[in-house]
Amino acid sequence: MSKLLTRLNPVIGVILLILVWWIATLLQIADPVLLPPPQKAFKALVDGLVSGPLLHDFAQTIYRTVLSFLIASAIAIPLGVMLGAADKVYRSVEFVIDFFRSTPASAVFPLFLVLFGVGDKTKIAVAAFGSVLVILFNVAYGVMNARKTRVLAAKVMGANRLQVLKDVYFWESLPQTFIGMRNGISLALVIIVVAEMFIGSSDGIGYRLIEAQMLFEMPTMYAAIFAAGALGYGMNWIFLTIEKTFVHWGGK
Amino acid sequence: MLSRTRAAIRLIKGGPVQDDPVPAALAQPGEKSYRWFPPGTHITVRGLSKQFQGSVLYEDFDLDLPRGKVVSVFGPNGCGKSTIINMIAGLLPMDKGEVLFDGKTIDETRIGYVFQNYREALFPWLRAIDNIHYPLKLMGLSRKARNERVEKLLGRFQVKIDFNRYPYELSGGQQQTVSIMRSLVMEPEVLFLDEPFSALDYEMTLFMRDQMQKVFMETHTTMVIVSHDLEEAVYLADHVLLLTRRPTRIADFIEVPLPRPRSADTLSDPTFVEIKSRCLEIFRREARLS
Ligand SMILES: Nc1ncnc2c1ncn2[C@@H]1O[C@H](COP(=O)(O)OP(=O)(O)OP(=O)(O)O)[C@@H](O)[C@H]1O
Ligand SMILES: [Mg+2]
Repeated sequence: MSKLLTRLNPVIGVILLILVWWIATLLQIADPVLLPPPQKAFKALVDGLVSGPLLHDFAQTIYRTVLSFLIASAIAIPLGVMLGAADKVYRSVEFVIDFFRSTPASAVFPLFLVLFGVGDKTKIAVAAFGSVLVILFNVAYGVMNARKTRVLAAKVMGANRLQVLKDVYFWESLPQTFIGMRNGISLALVIIVVAEMFIGSSDGIGYRLIEAQMLFEMPTMYAAIFAAGALGYGMNWIFLTIEKTFVHWGGK
Repeated sequence: MLSRTRAAIRLIKGGPVQDDPVPAALAQPGEKSYRWFPPGTHITVRGLSKQFQGSVLYEDFDLDLPRGKVVSVFGPNGCGKSTIINMIAGLLPMDKGEVLFDGKTIDETRIGYVFQNYREALFPWLRAIDNIHYPLKLMGLSRKARNERVEKLLGRFQVKIDFNRYPYELSGGQQQTVSIMRSLVMEPEVLFLDEPFSALDYEMTLFMRDQMQKVFMETHTTMVIVSHDLEEAVYLADHVLLLTRRPTRIADFIEVPLPRPRSADTLSDPTFVEIKSRCLEIFRREARLS
């Protein structure tokens, strides 16, 4: 019995939330147009995925997010390893990185619109920009906190600088790199969804949300919110799973 | 080839090469500008100086370490035991001075180094066996050649370790064994060990001492081992290098002429006891001198 309860534990919150929502609509606490009953939102989600445009939107948002994340990682990981290994160089660019990392990525939208025009390029570029800085910062710190003993061990065994970078610093920073990648992809998702709302789009979860709002299709809007939430949660979960198998030595 | 000739000249001379017009070959031991070294020397340290934040640790320090012998380094806490072997092994820059191995520079010499903290010296992302393969990979050996070398080494050690495990899955003694094997697999000309057994329990320490002795008797690799345990220092060594408090000088260089293999019985051998108490006396004198 208690075992079953522990198993069900995480689900209880979900059930509770739906229950409260359902009761709220039954009691008509909020305007039924603004807060449709959960089964309606759920139906909109299923319909949208099966026969409507939501599946396509979902796929588009994933595509943009993942692409910007991949671009960001390809730039940030090698650069972060190199910067972190030469900590004097890092110290001299630290302020710039910190500054732009603290700048809301949305603030660069106008600039990137001028550079890349209205379209997918701008969305992906801004998301990649935000995510590069997050990943870079984490990788560089991971490298700078590398155990000096391991670096010395590699050097005394005859490793040259490049070998020390790829055989020691890269691995040493991997736990921190994963933290950076997880934060980086979350940020990329946030930026992509916002961009889809306001920057000339014809698809994507963000676009669907804004369109549902304008057409006052509240169930569709709730459905799109859930889709976005599921996406964020799912990506985080995938990363945690990869991390667990890949960084098996973490914390040991 | 050229650099080797230059190295040989530097070995014999005390000062920089260009300064002296006399060809090195003509130099005589005992001559003023030259510092001779005893035959059978492997490592020569000349004019080494090191300061930390303006306080002198070593000043114009000379040292000759014999070839194919085990030298223990013993001295008061913080006298610079780790610092000196790190500088000789090229892990730490010196302010001044030079170190040559048989006339070769550090870059021309294969060095093995065993760290006290094996947890932070092994690569936890590699299996134990791949940790041992790693230096051979750096040497650019083929997979086949690597396997041969590793097999040979495993045969020599004969320890019951599952080498397919990751370091953090092994006990401390097993990890340090892997770490020692990793440093031996490249067949180093000189092996440095900085308090290699101090993080192990007593039983494991005894076992590891005998492993080291076995390895030494088979390979006759020149070894320099820092120990904070006088009994261990004397037990393992052919010579004990006793250091003073800082600024650090050589207090004494004591020979340990006991035959190998040494065993638990050696610890009660009159010669052993006598040498140990002589070392202790010097150590006490030096420690008090502060
Ligand atoms: N990076 C450093 N910066 C400043 N001082 C240092 C540094 N490394 C060592 N020292 C100082 O130099 C002295 C020698 O240090 P070292 O670690 O070589 O001593 P040791 O003989 O190995 O000591 P122990 O017995 O504790 O291992 C110590 O007094 C230490 O405080
Ligand atoms: Mg020390």
